[in-house]
Amino acid sequence: MGIVSPGFSGRPRSQEPALPPGQYLTEDFPVLSAGPTPRVSLDTWEFVISAENGTEYRWSWQELMALPQETPMVDIHCVTHWSKLGTTWQGVSLDTLLDGVDTGAHFALAHSYGGYTTNLPLDDLRGGRAWVAHTFDGAPLPAEHGGPARLLVPHLYFWKSAKWVRGIRLKTMDEPGFWETAGYHDYGDPWREQRYQGD
Amino acid sequence: MATGTPARAPIKWQVARLVERRVETPTAQTLVLEVPDWPGHLPGQHVDVRLTAPDGYQAARSYSVAGPAVDGPDGPRIEVTVQRVPDGEVSPYLIDVFGAGDPVEVRGPLGGWFIWRSEDTAPVQLVAGGSGIVPLMAMIRARRAVGSKVPFRLIYSVRTAQDVIYADELRRRGRDDFGLDVAYVYTREAPDGWRGEPHRVGLADVNTHGWPPDLEPLTYVCGPTGFVEAVADLLVGLGHSSRRIRTERFGPTG
Repeated sequence: MGIVSPGFSGRPRSQEPALPPGQYLTEDFPVLSAGPTPRVSLDTWEFVISAENGTEYRWSWQELMALPQETPMVDIHCVTHWSKLGTTWQGVSLDTLLDGVDTGAHFALAHSYGGYTTNLPLDDLRGGRAWVAHTFDGAPLPAEHGGPARLLVPHLYFWKSAKWVRGIRLKTMDEPGFWETAGYHDYGDPWREQRYQGD
Repeated sequence: MATGTPARAPIKWQVARLVERRVETPTAQTLVLEVPDWPGHLPGQHVDVRLTAPDGYQAARSYSVAGPAVDGPDGPRIEVTVQRVPDGEVSPYLIDVFGAGDPVEVRGPLGGWFIWRSEDTAPVQLVAGGSGIVPLMAMIRARRAVGSKVPFRLIYSVRTAQDVIYADELRRRGRDDFGLDVAYVYTREAPDGWRGEPHRVGLADVNTHGWPPDLEPLTYVCGPTGFVEAVADLLVGLGHSSRRIRTERFGPTG
């Protein structure tokens, strides 16, 4: 516990559900991005998994939509301290996408239209914990929230859920992504409050 | 994109104290904090501020540092400018309750992307919406502090003249800081003598008061989400490279 702030009581919290440390609840859906929002046409959209041996696995929008769809309901936690609970999405599990991919890699670097990147251990994309999501709250995902499709990895801080996702490179060595290079934590577990490097 | 200086050592919470406060507008105040172990920062970086209630409950928010650190008698001082969020949890405390000499925990500097480096000689355009001026003012102040001659242009969108944060200083710097141009856009009510009707920042404003794309300026846009989305789209439409436009958006924090 930190030093007590004289006269600070905070919001009533008897009804508050369990939140990761340092987070507060919001009903809104704030936007955090580093640059302009890219606009991606569904006609040319594609998602590519590149294995460490150079093999590429590609899906067009139609091919993605033809895969088995899941509707995860998850809590999301942004490193800027807001959390949003019980959000509903639709998308394709990374388990489905990785199913036929031959790889011995341990790391993944997600990359996006617009140039954003973020790194994760490949294991964190498996086990029913990660999706390529295209629908939020029953409607197509708006561009400012990462549409046409974004990565959804809700057990990590939300910057790992790359907006405008275009593909995933599988790697034998960990390579830091955009925010990870700019001082944010390599892994980003909200329950261990891994916000910044060294946390 | 490797803009940050990787500092692998943990950035620790430390106790700061309020030295003084300045009223900027009816809803915004600048807090001067004495932070004994402040390591220095780059213009545009922010600091996390954490409050703790007697039962251990904590609330933390991020605030942009408003200018270069200055040396006080008991260590470095930094400034943050806090905009009151209606029904907020942290900002009303910082504005109404937090008193001179009171302690508060801070952690920083944070953020390695929305920063300006004085070594970069590209012209700079800054587009602020409301309290989005704060990190951009940090860049304007840092430019002067290091004697940079990099040309800066600021477009500052506010509802009315009384919502202008740092109004006197911007007037002075617009006159005295050679190479700094300051333009305002009023969205609700324009002051007497201002040409035109109140409006949101549009193509004509950016064309008139920003840099043309062929100069390849570095652009920083900060404000509420809708503002940043609209301005960034305008700039891309004008031919500015997405990679030269850096944005910082704030949703409801409190």
